[in-house]
Amino acid sequence: MLLAALPLTPLAAAVATVAIPADGARRLVLVAAAVLHAVLTAATFAHPPQPAWGGLLCLDAPGQLFLALASALFLAASVYAAGYLRHEGANATKRDFQDGAAFVNAPERIFTMCLCLFLCAMTVVCATRNLSVLWVGIEATTLSSAPLIYFHRHRRSLEATWKYLVICSVGIALALLGNILFSVAFFDPAAPLASMDLAAMLPRAAEAAKPWLRAAFIFVLVGYGSKMGLAPMHNWLPDAHSQSPSLVSALLSGALLNCAFLGILRAGQVLAAAGMADFSGELLVLFGLVSLATAAVFIVGLGDYKRLLAYSSVEHMGILALGVGIGGGATFGAMLHAVNHSLTKGALFLLSGNILAVYHTRSCHDARGVSRALPVTAALWLAGFLAICGSPPFGIFVSELTILQAMLAGGHTVSATLFLVLLAVIFVGMSVPVLRMVQGPLPPATSRPGPESPLAVLPPLALLCATLVLGLYLPRGLSAFLHQAASALVLGG
Amino acid sequence: MHAYLHLALALVLAPLIPGIVNRVKARVAGRAGKPVLQTYFDLAKLVRKGVVTSTTASWAIFAGPVASLAAVGCALLLVPGPATSAPVSFAGDFMFLAYLLGLSRLALILSALDTGSSFEGMGASREAVFSALAEPVLFLCFLSLAADGTGLSLDSLLAVSDAKPLGAAHLFVPAILFVLLLVENCRIPVDDPNTHLELTMIHEVMVLDHSGPDMAAVVYGASLKLWLFCALTVLSVMPRTGLSPVAAWGVFLAGMALAAVAVGLVESAMARLRLTRVPRLLGGAGALVALSLVLSVWR
Amino acid sequence: MELYHSVMVALLCVDLAFLAVTRLRSLTRLTAVQGALLALVPVLSAPAGDSGHMALLSLAVLAIKGVGFPWLLARTLTRLEVNPVVEPYLGFNLSLLAGVSGLLFSLWLETRLPFPPGLFPPLLFPTALTTIFTGLTLVIARRKALTQVIGYLAAENGIFLLGTPLSVQGSVWLELSVLLDVFVAVFVMGIAIHHINKTFESIDVGRFCTLRD
Repeated sequence: MLLAALPLTPLAAAVATVAIPADGARRLVLVAAAVLHAVLTAATFAHPPQPAWGGLLCLDAPGQLFLALASALFLAASVYAAGYLRHEGANATKRDFQDGAAFVNAPERIFTMCLCLFLCAMTVVCATRNLSVLWVGIEATTLSSAPLIYFHRHRRSLEATWKYLVICSVGIALALLGNILFSVAFFDPAAPLASMDLAAMLPRAAEAAKPWLRAAFIFVLVGYGSKMGLAPMHNWLPDAHSQSPSLVSALLSGALLNCAFLGILRAGQVLAAAGMADFSGELLVLFGLVSLATAAVFIVGLGDYKRLLAYSSVEHMGILALGVGIGGGATFGAMLHAVNHSLTKGALFLLSGNILAVYHTRSCHDARGVSRALPVTAALWLAGFLAICGSPPFGIFVSELTILQAMLAGGHTVSATLFLVLLAVIFVGMSVPVLRMVQGPLPPATSRPGPESPLAVLPPLALLCATLVLGLYLPRGLSAFLHQAASALVLGG
Repeated sequence: MHAYLHLALALVLAPLIPGIVNRVKARVAGRAGKPVLQTYFDLAKLVRKGVVTSTTASWAIFAGPVASLAAVGCALLLVPGPATSAPVSFAGDFMFLAYLLGLSRLALILSALDTGSSFEGMGASREAVFSALAEPVLFLCFLSLAADGTGLSLDSLLAVSDAKPLGAAHLFVPAILFVLLLVENCRIPVDDPNTHLELTMIHEVMVLDHSGPDMAAVVYGASLKLWLFCALTVLSVMPRTGLSPVAAWGVFLAGMALAAVAVGLVESAMARLRLTRVPRLLGGAGALVALSLVLSVWR
Repeated sequence: MELYHSVMVALLCVDLAFLAVTRLRSLTRLTAVQGALLALVPVLSAPAGDSGHMALLSLAVLAIKGVGFPWLLARTLTRLEVNPVVEPYLGFNLSLLAGVSGLLFSLWLETRLPFPPGLFPPLLFPTALTTIFTGLTLVIARRKALTQVIGYLAAENGIFLLGTPLSVQGSVWLELSVLLDVFVAVFVMGIAIHHINKTFESIDVGRFCTLRD
């Protein structure tokens, strides 16, 4: 009952947002749906839910973790959206600050509807252990989020939307091929597989045909990896993140990438149950290190702060893949890292929206003196930068340290060295533009804005406080839960 | 002696084919048209005429048409009849056939270049390009017929019998051979044999400066080549088991007439392709025949 | 079985035609042909006594892939009023060569892979793989946004073809939801193409060059 209500809540909200003509009421519905979804998600922790929809929806620890992240981030984003949409105004024609061309925003009705549908799709992805349903859900996230990226209807956002649609759709089609190869691996005319549910697959994984399992995992990794933003399939990611409204960037980076990662983790579970964790682990480590290296190369000298955050997402997706690939204690580290990254990156993207609204530029050379224009945002921006680069006392420091410890304990010295060097490069590469933005004089053309709206500052503040707490103290209940999720992935259970 | 029957028939009946083609075109266009035997009349007229040549021309302009005709005649020796095998037959003779056709083309190109006219040089270069593109397709056709491993001579390639039933190769090869027929014999949609604008000509522009018996050799050679390709196309689909020799010959000749009618219909229904499109046509034909080759091997 | 073989060969011919045609209108017609051929596959490969759900699947495939997609694409094309010529990055003859090479590679791969006995009927695997190759070639080697959508569809059709022997009873509605997803994808892409045409006054993705590092 509880589980069935989870995806239905945003679905009902989507219908409601289409039906309601008044802007204010519609924004209220959006926030209400987000709150209700968050409450329901919290309730799943108190009362472990029964499978719903004939077993298609079934919540296990990794799914519950990513569901909670998506729900929390969506709550923050929806509160932010209420202020953002009021500020953006209705159908007024605007000037593009980059090329001066006139553009309008997408109708707010469609935007809020797609936000709700996006949450619905992510909920389905997190709350299923059936690989086919997972595929349908992930494709649905692509389709419902594409209109979100095209909120500002100008050339660059359209270009970003098209790249996102084509690269992710083709990638996800490859993941479907991976799913088919999984069923080839499990093919047995005498006892056909009942469904693509992990509950049916895992007990029989040991007898599955190994070569087909390998091929299937590679296709799933490449397919969902292109959606997750693993290099070298990450090309859409900086474009989409930099062109979409900041709250959408926050959702894409903090929730959507995790959902795609969950797709890879499910395939990894099957391989782990077949005793092939080494194979999947090596591939994940390889893709993780390549993503880290790519991010490091591009972050140094980058002049666009939203792209900077996007490449930082590529980096952190690389760290997640690396952590899970190493296995053992690093899997726990990766789970913790997913939590920390979602909270921090969500906050940073929301803050970048505040900066963008005042400076009308994405260039970190032109957006100077944020501490004078937006003191609260500037302080949070600096804190968020320190957090995302893994400085203590924030949570990412702890999770990266956990992963590093596990790497050294497992004898992965070369990978560990590369990991540290690349993190250092990224730290330096990010610190230059961020510090330049925070300090310095206000550009003469910028008008001094009024006091900052609480709707724009409180959500990122809450997210950053959460990651700060996780850095200082990891509650025992959360730790046990993350261990449970990690052990489900490692043992394939 | 029986083996030479096809050659003899070809030598006698070949000029009929262009006659039938022209008649079909005329009828489709609503005209009465030239007599079917017009090519014979043309040949008789040309043989009786004298020769006028350009002052820059050398002996090559005379040698070209004759050598070309001789090469096509030799190529006909390799083609089996419907009820008989070819007079000359050996493993790999299809390559010999292809290169005899190439030799005939080369002789004609040289005699065209010998006139020193820029138009004829242009026509010669186009002819060379298109036939160079058509040749690999022809080889692919033969290869896909040979894929079942029953033999490498034209005799066995073109046989359709119980030992060699209609297979995947026969799905595309006759169609592609027909396309090659259109390309190699300068028919629409590749070249227009009736055009009067030198800039758009391919084959006709090459022989503008030939006259008298030389021209007769060119015209007769072209008819023989058309006959040869029609025969290849017809033989590649014609089943021959269970037919008495007479019936086989009847089916074959009817098939030849049908092929001529088909050429006439294609010429009536289609417009000429732009020159740059011809390689694409041949590329498509090549891909199809490659598909049939792959399917035959896979079987 | 003969009919089944003919369908496979026809699908291969459609693949080659996809790479060779020069008109957008012909491409949309080819998607219709491909969809209709695919609709035959589940019925023809259905095991005896299990034809009910396969027939349902066939009908759905015919409705969505054979009619729905081509209709959507043709409607988009009609409304766009763009230059009807396919503009290639990779020439037509080279694309054809790539297609034939893909076919050869798939045939070679089929001999190398340890297939579970009795899973794939003959010729299905190479046909499906060639169709996927063809689709990806169209996505990469053509300039227009619409051809990318058609390529995506062709690749998806190839994947679907590969999946048909594995579809089991009770999973039909899952196949249907996959179909629905792809349908919505094409619909959304169609809307995006409208916007691209309006904003860029062309659907040439070669103009997408502002976003880069």
